[in-house]
Amino acid sequence: MDHQPPPFFKRGPAPLARLSFYATLSLALVFVDSRFQTLEMLREGVSLFTHPIQQAAHSPVDFLNNATSYFSSVTRFQEENARLKRTQLDDALALLRTRELESENEHLRKLLEVKERQPISGRVAQILYAARDPFSRRVIVDKGQQDKIVAGQPVVDATGVIGQITRVFPFVSEITLITDKDQAVPVQIVRNGLRSVIFGLGDGQLDLRFMPANADVQNGDMLVTSGLDGIFLAGLPVAKIVHIERDTSYSFARIYCVPVAGVENFGEVMVLDAREASPLPASLTAEGATGGTRAATKPAPRKKLFKRE
Amino acid sequence: MPTALSSSRILQPVRPWFVLASLLCALLLNFLPTSAWPWMPDWVALVLLFWSIREPRRIGMGSGFILGLAMDVADASLMGQHALAYVLAAYVASSLSRRILWFPLGQQALHILPLLLLVQAVQFAVRAMPGVELPGLSYFLGALVGTLLWLPLTFVLLLPQYQPVERDANRPI
Repeated sequence: MDHQPPPFFKRGPAPLARLSFYATLSLALVFVDSRFQTLEMLREGVSLFTHPIQQAAHSPVDFLNNATSYFSSVTRFQEENARLKRTQLDDALALLRTRELESENEHLRKLLEVKERQPISGRVAQILYAARDPFSRRVIVDKGQQDKIVAGQPVVDATGVIGQITRVFPFVSEITLITDKDQAVPVQIVRNGLRSVIFGLGDGQLDLRFMPANADVQNGDMLVTSGLDGIFLAGLPVAKIVHIERDTSYSFARIYCVPVAGVENFGEVMVLDAREASPLPASLTAEGATGGTRAATKPAPRKKLFKRE
Repeated sequence: MPTALSSSRILQPVRPWFVLASLLCALLLNFLPTSAWPWMPDWVALVLLFWSIREPRRIGMGSGFILGLAMDVADASLMGQHALAYVLAAYVASSLSRRILWFPLGQQALHILPLLLLVQAVQFAVRAMPGVELPGLSYFLGALVGTLLWLPLTFVLLLPQYQPVERDANRPI
C-alpha cells in the first residue's frame, strides 16, 4: 500500500514546469503573431471579453468630455457657427468650379481612353483613444466589422492622409498612423512628380526614402499619394518636407517630413472605401482571349492585394 | 511601522471574489486612456505581483497568462508580449514570496522594483526582436511609480482581511 501525500501538499506540477509551459506558449504566440497574420480569430475572441471592460473604463472620461462641452458657452457655438458658414460660402465657389472641372476631366479622359478616376466615398468614424502600446503609433476608431470595415482601407481627415486600417474587431478597428515605424505610403512630389515611398519614424516625423542625394527636392515641397499601391487614391496630401540632409557618403539623401493631416489629434476621420482593383485595359484582355490555347491555360491574373503585408 | 501592517499580525483568509475583483479593477485602470502619461504604472502587473506574493497558491502564472492575453488585445501590441512578461514576473514573485514577506513594507517595495522593471524589459525585448527602438527612458518610469505605490496598495488590498472575525458593535473599527 503506497502512501498518498495529504491533499494539503498537492500543488500540481512543479513551478518550473508550469513556467516553461506558459513561457513556451507565450513565445509561440509572439512568434506566430509577428510572422504570420493568423491570430486574428483569437484576438477577436479575447476582444469580446476586453471590449466591455474598455468601454466601462472610457465611460467616465467620455462623460467628463461631454459635460465640459455641454456647459461651454452659447456664444462660442454661435461664433463657431458663423465661422463655419463663412468657410462654407468660401468653399462653395471652389466646389462649383470642381464639379465643372470634374465633368470636363471625365470628358477628356473618355476622349483619351484613359480609365476614369474613382470617386471618393467612405464613412465617418470617431477616434476613441490611442493604443497604449508605446512602441507603435496606432489609434482605435468606433467602426468595426459591423460597419463592413475591412483591413487595408485608407483613413483621411479634412487635410490629408492619417493612416490605414490594419485590424478589424467586431465593434472597433485599429488604424496604423502614417507616423508608425512599419507604415509605408507611396507618394509623389507635387512640384515635379518625383515618386518615392514615405515611412514613419515613430517620433511624429516621416522619412522620404530612396531619393538619390542629388534629387530635385526642396524644403517645403508637398507630397501627395501617388496611387501606385492600389490602396490609396492618387492625389491625397500626405506630408511636407521640412529638412534635407545630403551626405555624399550615403547614396540616398535623408529627407524629413511632417504630416499634413492632424495625425496625432483626436476627432473624426473618414475611412475611405477600398479601391477597386483596376482591370486590364480592353486592348490587353481582347488579345488574351484570342491568344490561343496557351494563353487560355494560363492562370488568371492575380488580383491586387488590398491588405498591407 | 504600524503594527497593523507588520507580518506578525494574523490575517483572515482572503476571499477569492476579492482577488478576482481587484484584478478586474486593475484591468479597468490599465484600460483608462492614459497613453499620454508614460509614468502611469502597469496596474495589472502590480496587483498580479501582490497576489502572487501574498497568495502564491491561488494566483500565479496561469492568471498572469490570461491577464497578459487580455492586455495584448486591448493594447494592440504583439500577441503574447504581456503574457510572457506577466508569466515570468509571477514565477519570480511566487518563488520569492516566502522571502519577500519576511521584510518590512519599505524593503518589500525594493523587491518589487526589479520585478516591475523585468515586466517592462521583457516587453521591450520581445518588441526589439522584429526591430523597434526604445521609446525613451520614460518607458521605465512606470515601474518606479509602481514601486512607490506598493505601500498604499498593500494597505488597500489587505483591508478586508483586517476585519475581526466576530463583529462587535462596541469596537471602533
